[in-house]
Amino acid sequence: MSIQTQGNTLTFASIDGDAGLKAALAMKRADIIDTVADSGMKGRGGAGFPTGMKWNFAGAEKGDKKYIICNADEGEPGTFKDRVILTEFADLVFAGMTIAGRAIGASQGIVYLRGEYTYLRSPLNAVIKKRRAAGLLGEDVCGVKGFDFDIIVALGAGAYICGEETALIESLEGFRGEPRNRPPFPVVAGYRYAPTVVNNVETLASAACIFVKGVDWFKSFGTDRSTGFKLFSISGDCAKPGVYEFPFGITVADLLKEVGGGDAKAVQIGGASGTCVPRAQFTRQMAFEDIPTGGSVVVFGPQRDMLAVAENFLEFFVDESCGQCTPCRIGNTKMLEAAEQLKEGTCSAEYVAELRELSGTMQVASKCGLGQTSSNAFMSILEHFGDEIMSRPVQAETARTPA
Amino acid sequence: MLVTQQEKLRADVTALVDRLGPGRSSLIPILQDVKRRHHGVDSDAMQIVADLLDIHPVEVYSVATFYAFLNPAAQGEFVVRLCRTVSCELAGKDAIARQLETELGIAFGETGEDGRFTLEWANCMGMCDQGPALLVNDRVYTRVTPERVREIAAECRAAYSGHAAERKEGYLV
Repeated sequence: MSIQTQGNTLTFASIDGDAGLKAALAMKRADIIDTVADSGMKGRGGAGFPTGMKWNFAGAEKGDKKYIICNADEGEPGTFKDRVILTEFADLVFAGMTIAGRAIGASQGIVYLRGEYTYLRSPLNAVIKKRRAAGLLGEDVCGVKGFDFDIIVALGAGAYICGEETALIESLEGFRGEPRNRPPFPVVAGYRYAPTVVNNVETLASAACIFVKGVDWFKSFGTDRSTGFKLFSISGDCAKPGVYEFPFGITVADLLKEVGGGDAKAVQIGGASGTCVPRAQFTRQMAFEDIPTGGSVVVFGPQRDMLAVAENFLEFFVDESCGQCTPCRIGNTKMLEAAEQLKEGTCSAEYVAELRELSGTMQVASKCGLGQTSSNAFMSILEHFGDEIMSRPVQAETARTPA
Repeated sequence: MLVTQQEKLRADVTALVDRLGPGRSSLIPILQDVKRRHHGVDSDAMQIVADLLDIHPVEVYSVATFYAFLNPAAQGEFVVRLCRTVSCELAGKDAIARQLETELGIAFGETGEDGRFTLEWANCMGMCDQGPALLVNDRVYTRVTPERVREIAAECRAAYSGHAAERKEGYLV
């Protein structure tokens, strides 16, 4: 088992998702949505949009063709929980998709699997085939007359931006993965302009769990505003990296104790688009009301150069920006140049202040989450590790040549 | 491209269009297949795909150049992609990068003259707890050490030198 947990039984392993599917299919459609809404579950991909609300919007739309898309384009640096879920608990994910399909009245489910996970395609197709044979997919699912639902796996082609739901939809339709203007939101006009729910892998798997164990059980984990349990992807300088299940609300310090990263000087939470939390703030909680996260935690040991970390993130964003909005396309390039100047000891504090303004512009003027969040890590590193980063010795001209 | 090759390609793509449907949604799966078989998507291939899907070839070009894995440039039979993102960097990807360049005799972004290997950087491939990680085509290698780079290259070379009937389009597994 490659998911670890604190003492108790791992939730996903202890739950038969198909029991949840059968329980959900015995309910009225509106009740399925109410159950998810009552659970208070928020999207596990990181943005934290209430899942019940999303299903409700799509369910209220008229139209004979609707879609459930499972977002398996897990591209956020430091995140790998969805890979483990898809490898070990694919049935739970498909059960969750089928429940969502029933709830909103969709007949087609699509798993958008990132190109880097091509090796998971055949195993996933095998599971789908098995479910069809067992009557859990196809016509009249589980004997419910008139409920047809099937799932296909579509493959991405190496673009981080396609994890953004409208870019993902563009990609599925055969276009460049450039985010759309919103509104209309995908729940109104998504894939092929039909009402579409795009949910993260873990969200769908957790939804199936709710129908097995009930809303009260789910709410017994986590905090008031971030209910339930969450999978965390832990990597970097710690003794036991891997995927862990914790309730929402766990503090950074407690989490680090569990994974053997007690001497960390900082952690990056939420991937490259998340924030860098310094040791002084390790009492903060992993929850949407404190540090919102899709579950990625990268641990930095005492010896790490935080400027190199910032530079790595910015290189990533320069590479992965789709280039559609100017603040993101140019802004990230300027941020990376500044990180290089800081490394060379040639960046003025005046310019750093300008970068903060630029970061604000990127946040308000970019169309999608990439540009809105890409400067977060650099800004939080500048804020918390200014002493370490500013006024480095000026590099000699010869040493400055890039590799 | 030779006329016979063009005809072969057109037949391949036609078969794909028949299977996937002539809609725009088929574009990316078709390009993935062309890329896998031919290790690149040249202008003839783009024209053929555009004809069969009834879209402008520029549309095909714009999509192919957007996605890292659809890079239209002619690449080697084995595309080696080393993860350069933060966790793999902490795990020591720089040493692996140097060893790959030495072992394969090419720099990042290059394809060897014999057309066997292309070396590229990749962004996070979801193996952050087992870094440094690299992909060879679809196959993932984790906890790569400089010594293992040699084995990985040897495995690819062995697959490449096998008889055409035995190897599957130059693909591992």
